[in-house]
Amino acid sequence: MQQFIIPRFLYMLVTMFFVSIVGFVIINLPPGTYLDVYREELEAQGTTTTEAQLETIINQYGLDQPIYVQYWKWVSGFVQGDFGRSFAYNKDVSELIWERLMLTMLISISTLILTWIIAIPIGIYSATHQYQASDHLFTTIGMVGLSIPNFLLALVFMVIAAMVFDQSVGGLFSPEYQDAPWNFAKLWDLLKHMWIPVVVVGTSGTAGLIRMMRGNLLDVLKIAYITSARAKGLPERRVIWVHAVRNAIHPLIMILGTSLPQIISGATIVSMVLSLPTTGPLYFTALLEQDMYLAGTFLVFLAGLLVIGNFLADILLVWVDPRIRYT
Amino acid sequence: MATTASTVDLQSGSDARKTAALSPARLIGRRFLRNRLAIGGSLVMILLYMSALFADFLAPVPFTDVHEDYVFVPPQLPRFLDEQGNFHLRPFVYGLDSKIDMDTFRWVHDEDFETIYPIYLFVKGYEYKLFGLIPFDRHLYGVEEPGVFYLFGSDDLGHDMVARVFMGARISLTIGLLGVILTIIFGASLGTISGYYGGALDTLIQRVIEFLMSFPAIPLWAALAAAMPPTWSPLQRFFAISVILSLIQWTGLARQVRAKVLSYREMEYSLAARAAGASDFRIIFRHMLPNAFSHIIVVATLAIPGMILAETALSFLGLGIQPPQTSWGALLKQAQLVSVLLQQPWLLIPAFFVIAAVLTFNFVGDGLRDAVDPYSL
Repeated sequence: MQQFIIPRFLYMLVTMFFVSIVGFVIINLPPGTYLDVYREELEAQGTTTTEAQLETIINQYGLDQPIYVQYWKWVSGFVQGDFGRSFAYNKDVSELIWERLMLTMLISISTLILTWIIAIPIGIYSATHQYQASDHLFTTIGMVGLSIPNFLLALVFMVIAAMVFDQSVGGLFSPEYQDAPWNFAKLWDLLKHMWIPVVVVGTSGTAGLIRMMRGNLLDVLKIAYITSARAKGLPERRVIWVHAVRNAIHPLIMILGTSLPQIISGATIVSMVLSLPTTGPLYFTALLEQDMYLAGTFLVFLAGLLVIGNFLADILLVWVDPRIRYT
Repeated sequence: MATTASTVDLQSGSDARKTAALSPARLIGRRFLRNRLAIGGSLVMILLYMSALFADFLAPVPFTDVHEDYVFVPPQLPRFLDEQGNFHLRPFVYGLDSKIDMDTFRWVHDEDFETIYPIYLFVKGYEYKLFGLIPFDRHLYGVEEPGVFYLFGSDDLGHDMVARVFMGARISLTIGLLGVILTIIFGASLGTISGYYGGALDTLIQRVIEFLMSFPAIPLWAALAAAMPPTWSPLQRFFAISVILSLIQWTGLARQVRAKVLSYREMEYSLAARAAGASDFRIIFRHMLPNAFSHIIVVATLAIPGMILAETALSFLGLGIQPPQTSWGALLKQAQLVSVLLQQPWLLIPAFFVIAAVLTFNFVGDGLRDAVDPYSL
């Protein structure tokens, strides 16, 4: 196991390095210097910039120095927890980011768990009832789920909530809990608000996972050992759940690493529509305001988390499936 | 035994040859035609593309026409019965009496039962170029000036939503196609190189793919779209967006092509070709890619809906297609607020087109996959 983990860990570090390079390229892609954008932005807000302020920015990002120095300054600030400053909120990003990041992760992981809980039994049911009416029904529902853009579903939910229940569903907290310290009441309030984004983000993932589970199980059911299990006279339930499903689930663990990026992707847009206090709105306002340092930093942060997630998923896979060699 | 044998018609002569001569393409075609969802999907898809091609013909007024008096007009349906209950053979719409409600400060459009505007087919309207070449001025339907006929309603500037939906279809439907062509070029070539040559090159390409897959797609696309210089022309933006979309999409295709090429490499015909002295180039392009082609088409078809959705999402956020150009996502951008949706629900009409397009591509792609590979589901 160790000889698997150590190289895999080193590889993860290399990937992190390349992720940061991509982030830095994106920061430097827009024409004009960051300084101009910064000055324009502050002037638009009505504050004039002083030479001293600009000087601080130049020093902070090393804007008067060669590109590799700029990269180094940015990355080392990054590692120390300095994520730059947000124009739109006029705060240090590190003040804004942690709670938002935690909420993003909470929504993403709950979504992931929900999709698995719903999709796997339905996939199994579809595979064992192949080409029956119920299978066709689930296939069609799944296809429709895949075809509706996430943000549209969010809008529909909001309209329904506004028309039927006469309440707004935006946000993750009721006003009275907005700035309250964490306690059980606040947690309960959060859970009451959270189901909408979780359901909205989870729809497309669930549909995809159902198709995949169905396909995998159908493939496994054709293998000879299933026939022999049936020939031995095992009850069908045991054949399916103990012998077939266990092997059909392994490929799904492999895609665990890639489904998290998709969920975070979907969650960023949905949180924009539902105005959730997650990282999504912060990221997109940064992009729209051309605050590229903040946006690039964020992108690297998200991608970095995903790289770690992939690493953990790989270890999980090797641990669950002994057939996988440590390569 | 003897009786059954006598009932079997042994195929011989030209008959036998006819059965044997069914080309793979015809076999695929036959299997595809058995799938009803796929057939229905292809028909809807053809309709959608035709509507994009003939957008100018379908639109009664130019999609950029601003009409200050007709802001947020609800969809008007053609009428056959007037207020007195008289039947008119030619459908018509009433004129609109538009004013601002001083209590709510919203536009109210009351029907003026005195003025009747009959709807004519194939009317003369604004001039445009059919297929971008032939000057033409006929439109499918229209009413005489100064009447207006908003079949899908109008938006905050009095734009005709019919015109905007079909002009938007041009961009939304072609951006996916263009992106997929780029995806095929990147994915097929890099996948082939990776599988055929193997070794360090293979490892490098596979690592790059894993690396790209670890990015959350929409945030990365959004960042690249936001980094585009604002001075770029709409056409440049359009191409840049399709390049950005294919930047991640090619990875999935490259992996599948690589797996195919890996298995073809071990087959006798590759060995025979190599023994006969064929170059790598010839083996790849004459023997391997034609074999993988059907697979590439399937993966490509299934990649298009993802691209359409991605473009919609980017434009919805304001990072994709910019005015005066429009796309389905850009149209949906107006429908971002619940308050707007409750009062102007017709602004959601473009969403039905998005769903229809994505659904049909999925159905067709699924049908193609089943037809191409008999062992898949």
